[in-house]
Amino acid sequence: MSWDWAYIGDMMPLLLDGLRTALIATVIGFVLAMVLGLVFALLRRSKTAWISVPVGFVVEFIRSTPLLVQLFFLFYVLPQIGIEMSALVAGIVGLGLHYATYTSEVYRAGIDGVPPGQWEAATALNLSTRRTWTSVILPQAIPRSIPALGNYLIALFKDVPQLVAITVAEPFTVAREVIAESFKPFEAITMAGLLYLIAAFVLSYFGRLVERRYGTVRV
Amino acid sequence: MTEATSASPVRDDTANGEFISFDGIGKQFGSNVVLKDLSFNVGFGERVSLIGPSGSGKTTILRMLMTLLRPDSGTIMVNGKYLYHEERNGALVPASDAHTRQVRSKITMVFQHFNLFPNMRVLRNVTEAPVHVLGQSKDEAEARAKELLDMVGLGEKLGSYPSQLSGGQQQRVAIARALAVDPDVLLLDEVTSALDPEIAAEVLDVLRDIARTTDVTMLLVTHAMKFARDVSHRVLMFNEGRIIEDRPPEEMFNDPRHERTQSFLRSVIDET
Repeated sequence: MSWDWAYIGDMMPLLLDGLRTALIATVIGFVLAMVLGLVFALLRRSKTAWISVPVGFVVEFIRSTPLLVQLFFLFYVLPQIGIEMSALVAGIVGLGLHYATYTSEVYRAGIDGVPPGQWEAATALNLSTRRTWTSVILPQAIPRSIPALGNYLIALFKDVPQLVAITVAEPFTVAREVIAESFKPFEAITMAGLLYLIAAFVLSYFGRLVERRYGTVRV
Repeated sequence: MTEATSASPVRDDTANGEFISFDGIGKQFGSNVVLKDLSFNVGFGERVSLIGPSGSGKTTILRMLMTLLRPDSGTIMVNGKYLYHEERNGALVPASDAHTRQVRSKITMVFQHFNLFPNMRVLRNVTEAPVHVLGQSKDEAEARAKELLDMVGLGEKLGSYPSQLSGGQQQRVAIARALAVDPDVLLLDEVTSALDPEIAAEVLDVLRDIARTTDVTMLLVTHAMKFARDVSHRVLMFNEGRIIEDRPPEEMFNDPRHERTQSFLRSVIDET
């Protein structure tokens, strides 16, 4: 078995395109996960049972089923009831929803970590519920959540190859297509893996920068 | 809260009426009965110290008045309005959040552990409620906040975060923050317990000034007996969820009648 640099040179543009797709899915999927996760976390704390109970059920349901099944459902089942989306959009929605259930738990822990005295002080100043959340609780809870959110960013990125199941052209899908024509899996799979590794390092570094900048909790 | 006229003594005789009224209040945590059928009134402008051993229900009273803790039974009225109830068709029903929020709007509290917002600088800690609750402009709120912070000796610390301040400084910011909402009722829950004696004295001096220069109604839970004696119109001695003595400070401290009051005061004075 020989290492074919020319073959790698030929497939590299395709792999890089795949990486761009993977990064788009990661970034948009993670933004969705962060926003939806916060919404889930807040709704689950609602004093109104008809809000908190169904949201809790949805979160547990999504968290307890495999991402792959959810992706199949979004891409192959929903069109049966008239909801169609492209493979990439289905992948982003799938990743975002799936990881929102994890980030909601991260936010929950962050919110629970805010000392009860902060809620009491907000009451003593008669701050509205909305103001208490936006000025007092979330600015303290979110920095506490950033380190764990950073871990989920990397985890989500590493789940992007699952989008191969719904034909999203991320590096692994591209590698499989290249192999189908060349019958040379060694370089293709290795390069796809290397691209994921390098991108994961970069995302991890970025995560640490964000953590250092915004993850400081003043007490 | 309005400014008192001239340099009045720390304690004056402006208190009157039934501004705050506790009626038949009961509270228990599990099997532990903290308050039993408790009733008492506080007049507008009156300064009342709540003393007694730990677990006798003093802080529970303040927390109920601040709506941090619901009573199991009884009613609380503030300025003629029920705090936890509303009258509908002649019957008392549990109050809506909006009603409770409106009634408590002139009440505020200073806590033992300060509870400043660590994510905000000192100035914003003091202006947050005036801007977002009282609807003051940012400039107006900042001008008033600076006055109050000057008054508590922290005019130089506007840009600091609470974590950059000592405990005594944080408590003085907390006092300024409470005064910034222009309260009619100021609740002080062991505000010097977490401070060393020298720093505590500075905080108590600030509170003496407030007592001298304003007519804000104060309910204080304190173990600082000299302070309670200096600023209070009345002292209530709590024991096992009941008020066992309710008298002016001179009488309470010079001639305590109840045996439990005598032993409590002896132990507190021995400690200090």
